[in-house]
Amino acid sequence: MGLLSDPNRRRALINLLTRLNAPICGMPVEWLVKTMQARGLEVYTQRFSRTLPFPDENKERYMVKGTNVYGILRAPRAPRTEALVLSAPCTPGDNNNQAVGLLLGLAQYFRNQIYWAKDIIFLVNDHDLIGMQAWLEGYHHTNTTGMDWSPLQGRGGSIQAALSLELSSDVVTSMDLVLEGLNGQLPNLDLANLFYAFCQKIGVLCTIQGKLQRNDWDSVSGYSHAVQTMMLMVMKQASGRPWGDHGLFLRYHIEAATIKGINSFRQYKTDATTIGRLLEGMYRKLNNLLERLHQSYFFYLMPSLSHFVSIGYYMPAFGLLAVILLLRALDLWVQLATPPPTTEDGIADIEQSSPGVLSVLTPLVISHLTGAALYMLPIRFQEMAVEHFPVSETEAVVLTAIAVYTAGLALPHNTHRLLSGEGTEQGWRVLKLVALLYLAVLLGCTALINFSLGFILALTLVPAAAFVTPHVPKVLSAFVLVILSPACTLLFSVFFFQELQEMPVSFLDGWLLYLSVISQGILDHFLYGSLVYPLIALLVYPCWLLFWNILFWK
Amino acid sequence: MAAHRCCFPVWLFILCSFSLFIIAGSQETTVAPEQHASVLDNPQTAAETAEQTAGESGGVEERRWEGTEVRDAAAQKQAEPAVLQPTPQPKDDFQEELVVRPLHSGDIYASFQFRTLWETDFMRGNKVSHYRLFPKSLGQVISKFSVRELHISFTQGYWRTMQWGQPYLPSPPGAELWVWFQDSVTDVDATWKELTNVLSGIFCASLNFIDSTNTVQPSASFKPLGIGNVTDHRFLRYATLPREIVCTENLTPWKKLLPCGSKAGLAVLLKSEKLFHSSFHSQAVHIRPVCQDWQCKTTSWELRQTLNVVFDLHNSGQGKREWSLFKMFSRTLTEACPLASSSKIYIDITDNPEGEQFELSPATSLLSQAMVLGDRRTFSVYDLTQQDTFGSVRSLNLLIRWKSTEGDMLRPLLHAERYVAGYGLQTGEIHTLMYNHHPYRSFPVLLLDSVPWYLRLYIHTLTVTSKGKDNKPSYIHYQPSKDRVRPHLLEMLVQLPPNSVTEVTVQFERALLKWTEYTPDPNHGFYVGSSVISSLVPSTVAMDTNSTRERPLFSSFFPCKEESSYFVRVYTEPLLVNLPTPDFSMPYNVICLTCTVVAVGYGSLYNLLTRSFQIEEPSPGLAKRIANVIRKMRGVPPL
Repeated sequence: MGLLSDPNRRRALINLLTRLNAPICGMPVEWLVKTMQARGLEVYTQRFSRTLPFPDENKERYMVKGTNVYGILRAPRAPRTEALVLSAPCTPGDNNNQAVGLLLGLAQYFRNQIYWAKDIIFLVNDHDLIGMQAWLEGYHHTNTTGMDWSPLQGRGGSIQAALSLELSSDVVTSMDLVLEGLNGQLPNLDLANLFYAFCQKIGVLCTIQGKLQRNDWDSVSGYSHAVQTMMLMVMKQASGRPWGDHGLFLRYHIEAATIKGINSFRQYKTDATTIGRLLEGMYRKLNNLLERLHQSYFFYLMPSLSHFVSIGYYMPAFGLLAVILLLRALDLWVQLATPPPTTEDGIADIEQSSPGVLSVLTPLVISHLTGAALYMLPIRFQEMAVEHFPVSETEAVVLTAIAVYTAGLALPHNTHRLLSGEGTEQGWRVLKLVALLYLAVLLGCTALINFSLGFILALTLVPAAAFVTPHVPKVLSAFVLVILSPACTLLFSVFFFQELQEMPVSFLDGWLLYLSVISQGILDHFLYGSLVYPLIALLVYPCWLLFWNILFWK
Repeated sequence: MAAHRCCFPVWLFILCSFSLFIIAGSQETTVAPEQHASVLDNPQTAAETAEQTAGESGGVEERRWEGTEVRDAAAQKQAEPAVLQPTPQPKDDFQEELVVRPLHSGDIYASFQFRTLWETDFMRGNKVSHYRLFPKSLGQVISKFSVRELHISFTQGYWRTMQWGQPYLPSPPGAELWVWFQDSVTDVDATWKELTNVLSGIFCASLNFIDSTNTVQPSASFKPLGIGNVTDHRFLRYATLPREIVCTENLTPWKKLLPCGSKAGLAVLLKSEKLFHSSFHSQAVHIRPVCQDWQCKTTSWELRQTLNVVFDLHNSGQGKREWSLFKMFSRTLTEACPLASSSKIYIDITDNPEGEQFELSPATSLLSQAMVLGDRRTFSVYDLTQQDTFGSVRSLNLLIRWKSTEGDMLRPLLHAERYVAGYGLQTGEIHTLMYNHHPYRSFPVLLLDSVPWYLRLYIHTLTVTSKGKDNKPSYIHYQPSKDRVRPHLLEMLVQLPPNSVTEVTVQFERALLKWTEYTPDPNHGFYVGSSVISSLVPSTVAMDTNSTRERPLFSSFFPCKEESSYFVRVYTEPLLVNLPTPDFSMPYNVICLTCTVVAVGYGSLYNLLTRSFQIEEPSPGLAKRIANVIRKMRGVPPL
């Protein structure tokens, strides 16, 4: 690897890094353009602006305006059909200067090499994910989220792979690989393998989910460590949000990962040159690819960087959960099909089943209307809420969502008011049959797209769906059903996630975190097109309401 | 080898006719008299040759030389007999030249042109069998396949118009082949198929992959460049192979077509280890008929071999902006090709009139001006046929040393790019952007798009917009594709408004291929060839107010027709598209196999469970009864 061996380059890199230690972020666009041009790249900029649906209190932004700067290294004798991307976010206030410096250093070194077969795009994106979204939409000329961006001038063909670099501190002791992307999509496993192989070769400590690999698989503590790592991945994947700038690439079928430099206060320190060598190695490997990465897995869970659980192992677990629903449905079907052992004549039977259609349809429609309200109202009524209540916009959105959610619990009451007659025994059976099949299909589809989300929902909803009838003790069952509802699942998940990260929180902090998670979820949907919020609001929650309705069947 | 051919034409002639005699005794009678005739022709035409070449350099080439240059060429013709051997004056002629253009990015562009002219007629029934400078392999191709014009290029890399300006000879990435056939050809498609296979052998390239699925007949974009007025596009075939990789194996056969091979002259510089250590490499062969004289009574054939290469400042320099022949090609020049009537090196010094940009050594006093691509350029000329060019060291190593990094290039007036928009594997959209950078003139362009059949274009979604407004093309020629037979062909004549971007978009659907049609597993994806934009672009000279100020007033009111516009062909980048591909891996096979097993197993199990078994009733059916009657009649026991 030439990067380390050439003292001149090394000095240039160090100079650049020291220059960058002065806070430059807040995007010095002109300086970046000039610096990239001096390194022999084709430089272009892209302006974008976006007004968020409501202020993002975590990142303190509402009206976002920014400029992405990217330089294209044209591969010699390549026809501009393929490209690789190396990106580094540059956010105001945040210190990702090291990453930007390393990116520029690498650009200079890469430019002098003859062996590139794919164009390499060095991207410095403003306002992290929003900038990345603008750039990707501009590159592929799509507009899925209603963002304003200026069209891109230069392109490098179809992007084959991308890496995003985040070095948050000056001292880096280990490199962390982040894989989870938008809607729980994952890059090809070979990208993770590539990272691991080069970390091993160069001798860099590498982690996943911030956890080092342990060798004592046999021991209980080693096993639980691996489980912990895997559960972290499950939780992150289930959230459906991009956990790094790479997350948005996956929609475009571009294999991407984020590499984070972490300071975990260890003895052994990794300098920028070593990280540069790591990236150089990875890019040369990606450059040599004669095909898109596809030979390996796209569906996996990782208990450590060198081990993975493939879809063939984890899917049966979900399948066993889902089969409960199907068996229950079969049971109900059989019960409905066999003529009731009564002495009544056939006319009574027909009379019994005819209100059944209406009694099934009404709760279905009402619960879905409630779901639609949960999806629409928080954003629509934020201004009104801010006028009438002493809350901020963000709080208004979250609290409206919670209020609508809670109001949905009064659904059985409303349903019964609409229905003229009494609910029949036959009626709730039909409703439950429908609800069970609905849930089975819903969870099945969710698990195919985002296994973790489907699995977590199945864990809580399947028991509720299986046991609920109008004949169980009302108060206790109602309490259990509420505990197992999607909102409470989210609350528990927040605490569980904090526990897994070894950062337990008090209940009050947890509650605040919970509120911010809801607002982030809604924002993710409107900014990047994450599907978790609409899925929960429009499908899962109405489905749960059906079971709630069955419990209060009269 | 070349020297041998020169020195012993008689020996060759005997050998040639002897072998012909052996191979085809019956043809011997027809061949021999013609050869005698051709030898006899020599003295008559010899005197004309010198005059013609001087005139033709103005008439036929794209570049027109100024008066000084023509005089220069004429002066050089007088020196010619001294260089050439005192053999009977040939009726063919060979010229070689190298143009070096320092680019503003610090890169350097070198363009070789080798031109062989031969006054012969391959077509008029007579078999041409005596070849001197013209390569025999190509001559035979011309006569066998009745080729009127042949243009073939192999390019590795993409010409960066915005940084390098326009190339002297544009070519798309990969291989491009377009051929005009004589109108005597009856089955053009069969001839084309055979021709591509033959060329594939000659140039060691995968031209045999050209078939009906990537061949089109453009109606307007590719007109004959030589003489001839047949423009019926039924005799034209055009094909590109965007994924063709060009390497030394293509360079070697190309060099072998040169009269001096790579032994002498400018071709000495063509060493593959340096040529392929560059940013751009393109080699081409153009064959066309040209006029012999101003009256154009007879035609001669022109073979033009070109090689363009751009060397990268960053890759090969150690930060020093300095170029020399030795640094570029790892060779220096010591002699011209002895067979060449002219052998020159041109250095573009237009941006460097006082030597403030770069320094050129050794210096030369010979200057030349030419109109190149609508711009008046000045060149320093090094004549390799003059011994004093090589100086005392007997070798020429041109050196360009940059002094300042300043200076900006005039933006190319026409520029285009193309990309695929959208995501997912079902649909997509092809965007073609055409930039007109002219401040006040609009000009029309011809856009040619040839899209493979597996991208199903939705032609009703075709939109052409410039400056936010709909721009209606004045001419559209669209030929829909046929699955597995022919590609889409879309040709449009669009007017580009001044200082604007014109965007052409068309949506497509990705077809699902049959499983044998997928390329082998390691593949990048499916390529779509470059679209071709041909245009007459207003000249930059007309824009230049400085030059009109210097010129006499009476000459500058009406723009001169020839200077007012020039022909440019721009190629966009090829596209790489992914088609929905089934996963041909082990899990896929497992799934297929499991499904089959389950289907078979479940089917038979279901059959067993649901079928009700009954004992056949004793009363036989009608057929059986009839059968039994027949059996009884024949005396066989009944069923």
